[in-house]
Amino acid sequence: MRIICPVKRVPDTAAKKAVEPDLTLDRDGVEAVLNANDEWSIEEALRIKERTPGTEVVVLCVGPEQAQQTIRKALSYGLDGAIQVSDPGISGSDASGIASIVAGALADEEFDLVIMGNQSSDARTMLLPAMLAEYLDLPALTYCTKLDIDGDTVRAEREMPGGHQVVEAKLPAVVSVVEAINEPRYPSFKGIMAAKSKPVVVKDLQDVGLDAEMVGLEHAWTQVLEVTPRPPRQAGDKVEDDGSGTVGAKALADFLVARKFL
Amino acid sequence: MSISFELRPEQEELRRLVRQFALDKVAPRAEEMNHRGEFPVDLVQEMGALGLFGLPFPEEYGGSGGTYFDLCLAIEEIGRVDQSLGITLEAGVGLGAMPIWKFGTEEQRRRWLPPLARGERLAGFGLTEPGGGSDAGALRTRALQDGDTWVINGSKSFITNAGTDISDFVTITAVTNQDPREITNFVVPRDTPGFVVGGGYRKVGWHASDTRDLAFDDVVVPAEHQLGERGRGFANFLSILDEGRIAIAALAVGLIQGCVDECVRYAHEREAFGKPIGGHQAVAFKIADMQAAAELARNQWWHAAWLMEQGRPFKRQASIAKLYATEAAVTAAREACQVFGGYGFTTEYPVGRFYQDAKILEIGEGTSEVQRMLIARDLGLPRA
Repeated sequence: MRIICPVKRVPDTAAKKAVEPDLTLDRDGVEAVLNANDEWSIEEALRIKERTPGTEVVVLCVGPEQAQQTIRKALSYGLDGAIQVSDPGISGSDASGIASIVAGALADEEFDLVIMGNQSSDARTMLLPAMLAEYLDLPALTYCTKLDIDGDTVRAEREMPGGHQVVEAKLPAVVSVVEAINEPRYPSFKGIMAAKSKPVVVKDLQDVGLDAEMVGLEHAWTQVLEVTPRPPRQAGDKVEDDGSGTVGAKALADFLVARKFL
Repeated sequence: MSISFELRPEQEELRRLVRQFALDKVAPRAEEMNHRGEFPVDLVQEMGALGLFGLPFPEEYGGSGGTYFDLCLAIEEIGRVDQSLGITLEAGVGLGAMPIWKFGTEEQRRRWLPPLARGERLAGFGLTEPGGGSDAGALRTRALQDGDTWVINGSKSFITNAGTDISDFVTITAVTNQDPREITNFVVPRDTPGFVVGGGYRKVGWHASDTRDLAFDDVVVPAEHQLGERGRGFANFLSILDEGRIAIAALAVGLIQGCVDECVRYAHEREAFGKPIGGHQAVAFKIADMQAAAELARNQWWHAAWLMEQGRPFKRQASIAKLYATEAAVTAAREACQVFGGYGFTTEYPVGRFYQDAKILEIGEGTSEVQRMLIARDLGLPRA
């Protein structure tokens, strides 16, 4: 079995975000990390690999040269190899553009399953898994909390409001996973060392059958018009008590009732 | 090689990994472990799975294929959150496993090293005796040869990692055949008859680490438990301590950095006289001094570890690192408590625990006085 794990290099969520004049994220000024949701997809792929001997897991990352660090991080969990798509023309692509690039990179690859996080912590469009499946003309099982592979079938539990759905599809398929699916392991130092020598195949736009007229900021289907930082948090309500305890207690109870906690 | 302060990418990755592990897994339990004096076997074994206990050993012996420098990076990051677990790692690798790696035969390495390097088992380093301390050569523990065996009698004090549920053995120093100048190392397995592990100490700090006194009453070990050359035992153990000073310096830097972490957060949160206390120079300067000490001490242990990795003399730099970092740690912990005011004297915040843990750093693995003596000797000053 061969599994592809698309991952994204994102700014550290703890860091203060800044935008460039063209309203794309400033990716140089902050520390970049592996998108946290992709740790769940990597973990799930590793668990399948451990259950299914002979499974190969390959990480796929669209990003500039610095994305090598993200790829090495993904490999340090014990993945087998990597594909990187890197091209100056990619910068500023929207979800559709990136999905077409990932699909292009997979056109010549043999695989049974694509597993990915349901969203990235920077763009948060949640579109990529479904768009990728559309480009690849494959079934999409999204927001999965449980995965089982049985022969050529993948069966999944999908997170729904107020419950879950059980769905299945024939392989190959595209699956996106959410936090509830597992608790990701830590890489080991041996894994970090081994990641240095794992093969990374680097492709450019031409290699994936696209050109700069099809992707990038200028050819994005969607456009960011404005970026506004969240207003600073307002000071909370202060409850004053007269020393008796009853005034304060009543105010707190009213507060909770108003918000339907009581 | 020219001067570089850049870590290799895998070292950066290791540091991030250990930092994340310490924040996720260790920090939430540190206070409770300290309060209960609980030795966290599960965390030790998780650290083993990360490869931390095998950092300086090759993979063929169960190690991770890194370096001593890498080990010190990990010790600093664990120590930044919890000193007890930091010393458990330091002693587990530097004192427990290292003598087997450095002085063991191929057979001894293959037999004893892998479980230690994987963090599944721990070993102790039995040098200090009740009347020893800085006069570490004044040994009373004796080993007498009896055919193919050695018979050991004596006692050891303050031995880290000797009495946990996963402690396998201690390596000890003993005077062999009544000649006080002839000191030899032996491996004594935990279950050897006559080897008694004491109940532990009521310590001021390091509450979640394991510290024991040991007694040997006609303990018989086979000849193949002799570690290293006969008569080289004292010199061998001292060379372990030379390296250990770098690791203790890293542990101390972790403590100082941990104090800075806590103080910076608190100085933003706590308000007095109408503004966050970090806005008051009396507080801000204390924290600035702590960070200055952390960076100076870190540079010094990096230098010593770098020299060691290059195969160059490093003893003076290691002594300076240990001396400076540990004394700065005591100062930093005291000042961090001051920043926290009354809360600094409680166990509600980590700084109170750091204050308890700091003092031993000036004592263990060579006191500040011993470090000054070694530095003075290295300068060629007359011996006492």
